[in-house]
Amino acid sequence: MSVLLAEHIDVNKGGRAILRDISLMAGPGEFLAVIGPNGAGKSTLLSALAGLIAPAKGMISLDGVPLPKIPKKTLARRRAYLPQNPLCEWPLSVERLVALGLTAHLPALGPLPGWFEDGIAKALADHDLVERREQPVTTLSGGEFARAMLGRAMVGNPDVLIVDEPVTGLDPVHAFTAMARLSAWAASGHAVIASLHDLTLAGRYANRVLALKDGRVAGEGALDGALIRNIFGVAAEIRGAGSHFAVDFLSPKAKPIEDAF
Amino acid sequence: MRRLSVFLAILLVVAFALSLLAGRVWLSPQQILSGQDALASMIVMDIRLPRAVLALLVGSALGLSGAVLQGLTRNPLAEPGLLGVSTGAALGAVLAIYFGVTAISGVTGPVLGLAGALVACLLTFGLGQGGGTITLVLAGAAVSSLTAAGIALALNFAPNPYAAYEIMNWLLGSLADKSWAQVWLILPFIVIGGGLLAVTGQALDALSLGEAQAESLGVDLTRLRIAAIAGTALAVGAATSVTGAIGFIGLVAPHLARPFVGYQPSRILLPATLGGALLLLIADIAAREIHLGPELKLGVFTSLVGTPFFFWLVLRLKRTAP
Repeated sequence: MSVLLAEHIDVNKGGRAILRDISLMAGPGEFLAVIGPNGAGKSTLLSALAGLIAPAKGMISLDGVPLPKIPKKTLARRRAYLPQNPLCEWPLSVERLVALGLTAHLPALGPLPGWFEDGIAKALADHDLVERREQPVTTLSGGEFARAMLGRAMVGNPDVLIVDEPVTGLDPVHAFTAMARLSAWAASGHAVIASLHDLTLAGRYANRVLALKDGRVAGEGALDGALIRNIFGVAAEIRGAGSHFAVDFLSPKAKPIEDAF
Repeated sequence: MRRLSVFLAILLVVAFALSLLAGRVWLSPQQILSGQDALASMIVMDIRLPRAVLALLVGSALGLSGAVLQGLTRNPLAEPGLLGVSTGAALGAVLAIYFGVTAISGVTGPVLGLAGALVACLLTFGLGQGGGTITLVLAGAAVSSLTAAGIALALNFAPNPYAAYEIMNWLLGSLADKSWAQVWLILPFIVIGGGLLAVTGQALDALSLGEAQAESLGVDLTRLRIAAIAGTALAVGAATSVTGAIGFIGLVAPHLARPFVGYQPSRILLPATLGGALLLLIADIAAREIHLGPELKLGVFTSLVGTPFFFWLVLRLKRTAP
């Protein structure tokens, strides 16, 4: 049970300012969705929150301890991070891929801890991968591969789970089940931070959203039409609530393509 | 993994024994074990045993380093020469021949070769550090080209035809005419370098998921790169400085092990090490037994036999590619 806190962070990449003055908090039981248009800085924010990029200003801390002060292995045991479009470079079996999530728990030498196999078996069962355990991950479908990656992120039971666009490329049903898994994970006392493009999914499953625009926080809290209009510049209508919540964008007027010839 | 390694180890013992018996004069096990045949025991103790031990050391270094570098770069074409270490060692040894210092003692060549390998490695690391694995590989390519140019220059300006011949001959790679002095010289470097390479397994496994995920799993990528480079410089640099360039062993050995261990990088290290030693021992026996006038150089033989493997690799990639 941990609280991840970012206080007034600025992040630069390649000499360019990507994020300015971002503050956020995510604690046990919370599912925070980071939304915003392409290029708003969502991925940069998530990798900074994961401790992979050091902010130029401000501080990110886990239970009050700044991330750089936490040993890499300890941090790896307490938070998991899945980048956008994760990949596996060798045709490992599903079981091996999931086991990689326990890298930071491995002893440098000596036998594997007893709970190791049980943890992997549980992660495989939780993500409907038991029948696929021996299959090379390169032969999985997109949905199965995404499940395997989520399994590898959750297998170490991290307090904080940070996932970058976990449902991109999934069909609607797989996207719903993946979101349900993340939301259930949060409900079981973990903190989940996920960047999402699908606002309907964000509104249905996340406890609250953090909206980014041009590297700054443009809004926070519940998802509503005003916020969406503010960050995307397009009018949107919100219909229903709870499991019927849906965001309906009004198509922006397309500029006519002029015939140059 | 265990079964494959045991199998390879048994083959290795057989090949090692065979390597002591095979040669211009075939010896029988009785001749060696009885200890009464003075000539036979001299051939074994002073010529064939150091040669077999050298093949074992050099082959292991090449196989292990190839496995680590393929894991580090996640590229099936990576091999120990990738970081400029082999050509660096070759340049050092070639300069020793060029300036005639090899006449002083049998170990001056290897010592300069080692120095060349370490300088090349420092150059590669200094140039490519801080920019990720791709920059490192590019830096290695640049250093390789530079040292290869140096070797060509030494050949160009060779003081006499004999020196040029000697350089050429050395570059072809061979285990012939080696003594215990060279074994003892490279042994510590290969042991230390091999040790550095052997501990990279866990980090290489995590690296299967790409650099961002590996880092998030607690892997120190800088430390991993240093271990892989320093280990290769010490182990392969020492090996090359004694035997000259021996290609393909480092490329092939990991590929032979990979499908049997579920492609997991850490599980490839041991079988690739054993496989590298086995391949070099067998190649050395074959090179000794093939009589076509002048001695068939080991480096030439491994390249000849190794190239068809390249074709196979291309065909297999084509078949498995989506």
